[in-house]
Amino acid sequence: MNRYRWLPAVMLAFSGLVSGLAQGADSTAVITIHNGKFEPSELHLPADVRSRITVRNQDAFPAEFESVPLSREVVVPPRGEVSFFVGPAAAGRYGYFNDFNHDMKGTVVLEAAGGH
Amino acid sequence: MLATAVILFREVLEAALIVAIVLGATRGVANRGRWVLAGIGAGLGGAAIVAGLASTAAALLTGEGQALLNAAILLTAVCMLTWHNVWMSSHARELKAELSAVGADVQSGSKPLTALAVITAMAVMREGSEAVLFLWAIAAGGEGRGSMGVGAMLGVGAGVLAGSLLYRGLLRIPVRHFFTVTSWLILFLAAGLSAQAAGFLNQAGLLPALGQGLWNTSEWLDQNSLTGQLLHILVGYVASPSGIQILFYLATLGVILLLMYRPRWRSL
Repeated sequence: MNRYRWLPAVMLAFSGLVSGLAQGADSTAVITIHNGKFEPSELHLPADVRSRITVRNQDAFPAEFESVPLSREVVVPPRGEVSFFVGPAAAGRYGYFNDFNHDMKGTVVLEAAGGH
Repeated sequence: MLATAVILFREVLEAALIVAIVLGATRGVANRGRWVLAGIGAGLGGAAIVAGLASTAAALLTGEGQALLNAAILLTAVCMLTWHNVWMSSHARELKAELSAVGADVQSGSKPLTALAVITAMAVMREGSEAVLFLWAIAAGGEGRGSMGVGAMLGVGAGVLAGSLLYRGLLRIPVRHFFTVTSWLILFLAAGLSAQAAGFLNQAGLLPALGQGLWNTSEWLDQNSLTGQLLHILVGYVASPSGIQILFYLATLGVILLLMYRPRWRSL
């Protein structure tokens, strides 16, 4: 009996993990790289939920989407697209840039629901 | 040219520092040079394959595949670093004894050599593929080939120089403290890589964030500054970490420490 003392804790951790996964994406958004620019330069998403962002590269050379405040880092192949999740994170402005060309910048704006 | 040099320096720096630390940590182990070279060769080959795949926008690198690939590479490196430290915890004494003996060439075991090669290969592959893609982006962006080439060589040269400075610095540590220092360096290196892997798994939606950006120390120490990046490589500094990253960091520290000190508990 005693040797299974840890079982409830493991089950609790596992159910937490699964519910984290099952929580799903509440919104999806696309950022397009076109002519050396991120479009839209300011992406608005709801705060406090997990969102899925797809970065689509229409240019002929690779880019690296990097955001320190969102701690995301992903290479976007030329004429390819990558997807990743962000959040749930608090409302605010989160900057990102192209690590292969620091002149290319953009912002993800997370807004609280209801706009209060 | 300068931008090329700076960015390539940053890519090469991570691989160079990791190689310097594991090279230092296997000081005195016979044949390690050959294994490191094999690791660098394999890593460059892997980097070329990844860069090639990126050019065709292969499934491996699109969608969420890339984050999974990165996490797999990082976690492999973490396992190898763990293995290395555990092996060292039981062999450091003999290595130390033989290093102190004049001109002795240590022959004790070849166990961590595979680990050494794999860690080197992983580090070179990860940073190498990014460097290649970056050069491609720069070339396509219109920078002249000559100025790009000079910038690339300056960047790579500076990165390798930083690695060799760290290695030389490590060798100055007195033999009696040497393996203690390298074990602790590897411990924090592994914890930092593990936290990076957790970030990638969260990025792919496989792990919950457990709080994104629990704090943000960017204003105090920018992660993209030179100091910030050095600390990021060496001890896993992240300006704005998520809960899952902190959890992986602490869990890795705990597990490795436990495995390192276990033999001593047994002998008590």
